[in-house]
Amino acid sequence: MKTKIAVIVFPGSNCDHDAYYVLNKVFGVDVGFVWHKETNLDDYDAVLIPGGFSYGDYLRTGAIARFSPIMESVIQSSKNGKPIIGICNGFQILLECELLPGALINNSEIKFLSKSVTLEVISKKSIFSNKLDIGEKMKMPIAHRQGNYIADKNVLNDLTDQDRIIFKYNQNPNGSMLDIAGICNEKGNVLGMMPHPERACENILGSIDGRRIFESMLGSM
Amino acid sequence: MKAKVYIKYKEGILDPQGKVTSNALKSIGVKGIDSLTIGKYIEIDFDNLTKEEADKITNESCKKLLVNPNTQTYTYKIIS
Repeated sequence: MKTKIAVIVFPGSNCDHDAYYVLNKVFGVDVGFVWHKETNLDDYDAVLIPGGFSYGDYLRTGAIARFSPIMESVIQSSKNGKPIIGICNGFQILLECELLPGALINNSEIKFLSKSVTLEVISKKSIFSNKLDIGEKMKMPIAHRQGNYIADKNVLNDLTDQDRIIFKYNQNPNGSMLDIAGICNEKGNVLGMMPHPERACENILGSIDGRRIFESMLGSM
Repeated sequence: MKAKVYIKYKEGILDPQGKVTSNALKSIGVKGIDSLTIGKYIEIDFDNLTKEEADKITNESCKKLLVNPNTQTYTYKIIS
């Protein structure tokens, strides 16, 4: 059966079409937009929570989206072992619903950052990195104001000891603790990352390194 | 019946807005400020509730949505 991936759409999502395009046109996968009011993801093999400004970032980034009806199914899908990737605002939502630990606060320089960064692959523990090489460098854009990852010592120790820090910034742009750019859950099927791999999948965009992450995911399904 | 909820960053959490504002006050000659933090203030109106009920609802609202316990702490007052 052909793989089918859900791209969740919240009011204020704005990277949903990029994600759809990349998965469908670059990788030839079946993709469906799933409106946040829906409650069932049984037809899908994996879930992508895209970037954007869900609910206008009101209250805190991701705080209100976390209570959208679809999130119960996202949480259930994660328990069933389906791959779930949250990119940028998607990462913020995964933190708010506690599928991943910690929080993202304002960048240390406060400003919104929109630029290309270099990531380093730290761990193959996640479905999204198990086909990558440790130490591999990847170039892709960031576009966020709240990308500064923080967590208490115990969480940071757990993430480190369990190889759950998947990507680090080569040059920390936002103040993130331990230069963290992406982390996964204990099972390795849920990944949250601030950089945008879906914006780095075609030469015309300056980098195709983002493909490696989706290739890793699709190769594990 | 009204709740006044005050949310601030926990000690040790980077608060760039607070830091920049504190520096700005120093730069315009305001003296004596050690540090300054910028938080959130939320007001909730209730109708026909007892103080105990309002207290319970406010606390529940903070725990479930208004506050992120990873980064923030809160206090509130219930005012008749």
